[in-house]
Amino acid sequence: MSNSYRGSAVVRWVNDRLPIFTFLDHQMRDYPAPRNLNYWWNYGSLALVALVLQIVTGIFLAMHYIGDARFAFDSVEHIMRNVNYGWLLRYLHSNGAALFFLVVYVHIFRGLYYGSYKSPREILWWIGIVIVLAMMATAFMGYVLPWGQMSFWAATVITNLFSAIPLLGQEIVAWLWGGFAVGGPTLTRFYALHYLLPFVIFGLVFLHLWALRTVKSNNPLGIDVRGPQDTVPFHPYYTSKDYFGMGLFLLVLAGFVFYAPNYMGHPDNYIPANPMVTPTHIVPEWYFLPFYAILRAIPDKLGGVIAMAASLLVLFVLPWLDTSRVRSARFRPIYKVIFWFLLADVVLLGYVGSQPAEGIWIHIGRALTAYYFFHFLILTPVVGKIERPRPLPQSIAAVVLKGGKA
Amino acid sequence: MAEHGTAAVHTGETRRDFLYVATAAVSVVGVGAVGWPIVDSMNPTADVLALATTEVDLVPIEVGQAITVVWQSKPVFVRHRTDQEIAAAADVAIEDLRDPQADGDRVQKPEWLILIGICTHLGCIPIGYKGDFNGWFCPCHGSHYDTSGRIRVGPAPENLKVPPYTFTTDTSIVIG
Repeated sequence: MSNSYRGSAVVRWVNDRLPIFTFLDHQMRDYPAPRNLNYWWNYGSLALVALVLQIVTGIFLAMHYIGDARFAFDSVEHIMRNVNYGWLLRYLHSNGAALFFLVVYVHIFRGLYYGSYKSPREILWWIGIVIVLAMMATAFMGYVLPWGQMSFWAATVITNLFSAIPLLGQEIVAWLWGGFAVGGPTLTRFYALHYLLPFVIFGLVFLHLWALRTVKSNNPLGIDVRGPQDTVPFHPYYTSKDYFGMGLFLLVLAGFVFYAPNYMGHPDNYIPANPMVTPTHIVPEWYFLPFYAILRAIPDKLGGVIAMAASLLVLFVLPWLDTSRVRSARFRPIYKVIFWFLLADVVLLGYVGSQPAEGIWIHIGRALTAYYFFHFLILTPVVGKIERPRPLPQSIAAVVLKGGKA
Repeated sequence: MAEHGTAAVHTGETRRDFLYVATAAVSVVGVGAVGWPIVDSMNPTADVLALATTEVDLVPIEVGQAITVVWQSKPVFVRHRTDQEIAAAADVAIEDLRDPQADGDRVQKPEWLILIGICTHLGCIPIGYKGDFNGWFCPCHGSHYDTSGRIRVGPAPENLKVPPYTFTTDTSIVIG
C-alpha cells in the first residue's frame, strides 16, 4: 500500500514509516463530500480557522500578559501601548473570540435546519455540544484576565452560579475562588485554565472530525449518499469554497479589528477591578446574552441556574426529541416554520438579556424562555408525529443534475 | 486464541475478568489518592484562611449614615439606623418574608445594623438607601432589601448575611 504512494523519494520514505501523506490525502484531498453542500457548510471549517487564530494570537499575548491580580490590568495596557503589534494581537484575540461564537452559532443552526443531529450523527452532535460548552468556559475565563471592572464582576456573578448548588454550594465556590471572594488566586487559576482549554477544544475538534469521517457529512437534502455519483472530492471543490468563505470571514474580522475594535466590548472594562463597587449595569458579552436572559427569567436562584444549564443540555437529547425521520427542513413544511420561530426566539432572548431586569423585559424574557423549552420539549416531538413530509428525491445526483431544485 | 476467548465469554466470569476489575480498582484508588491533594490545592490557602478580624470605631458614624468596611476581602455595611428605619424594619409581617427573620434577631443593638454587603443572588454589592424599601438595591438583577437587610422583592433567595461581631465597648465593634 505505502510503496504505491506517489511523490519524491523523501515523501515515500516518510510515508512508508509514518503514513501521514496517505492520511492527509484521505482526509482532505480524496475525501468524498456530497456534491450539493451549500455555503452553510462553510462554517465548520471557519470555526477551525477561528480556533487556530485564537490559539496563535493567544500564545503570543501570553508572552506579555501577567496572570497576577497586581499586574494583570497594567500588563494588558502594556500590550496595547508598548508591545510591537500588541494592539493587533489583542484586538484579533478579543474580536476573534466573538466571531468564533458567531460562526459556531451559525454552524449549530445549520445543523438544526438540516437535521444534522439525527441518526447516525448523534455522537458527532454531542461532541459539538461539548465543544460549545468548553468554548463558553474558555471565553468566560479569558474575559476575566484583563482584570477590569467587567472582568471582576463577570467572574463574581458567574462563579456565584455554583453557590446555588444545594448543601455544598458555598464550599464549591470558595474552592473555585481560592478565597472568600473573587481575588488574586481566582485570576491566576483562570489564566492557567484559559491556556489549557483551547488545546482540549482542539482535541475535541479532532474527535468531532473523526466522528464526521465515520458517519460522513450531512447535506442540504438530508438524504444519504448512495454512490460516487453523489460526491465530489474534497479538494479542490470544497477547499476552494472554504477558502473563499475564509476570505469573507477575515474581511469581517479585519473590519472590526481596524475600524471598531471595541464595538463589542464594554467601556467599564477599562476601569481597573474594584471589589468594593459593582458597575450599575453589568451585562455579559453578546454571545452569552440569550442564556443570561434565561437565567434572569426564573425568579428563583437555583431555578434560574437549572434553566440556563437545561437550555444547552436539552440539545443532547434532541436526536430523540425529534420524532421525524426526515432530516432536512426542506421537506418538512411545519418544522421549517418553527425553526425560524426558534431562531427569532433566541435572537430576541439575546436582546432581552441586554436590557435591565425590570418592567416589561421581565415578562418578555419569561415568555421567550417558555417558548424556547416549548419548542424542544413539546413542538419538536409533536410536529415530527403529525407533519406530513414532502416526498424525498431519489438521490443527490438526480437533484443536482436537474438544476438543484428539490 | 480467538476460539478460547469466545468460549470463555460464553461461560461467564473468568479469572481474566477478575484481572480487569483488579486493574481498574488499582487505577481508581491510585487516581483518587493523587487526585485529592490536587483538588484540595485549589482551596483557600493557609494565609487566606488565617482569620482576619476588622475593628470598627462607631463614633464618627452619624445617625442615618452608613459606611462600608472590608472584612476578609468582603464589604461589610455598618449602618447607624434612624428611628423610622428601625420602626419600618420591625413593622413587617414576618411570615410574609421570603427568608423569615425578625429584625431583633439580626441586630445586637437596634440602632446598629451590620451586614455582609454581598447580594445573596449572584454576589454583586447592593447600593444603600435605594430601592422600594429604602434599604439596599442590587443593580445587577434588581433585588430590593429593607432596612433590616432582608430580601423583599427580586431574585435573591436570602437576606443579607449578618457577620459574627462583638461590641468591645459601647462605640466599637470587632468583626470576625
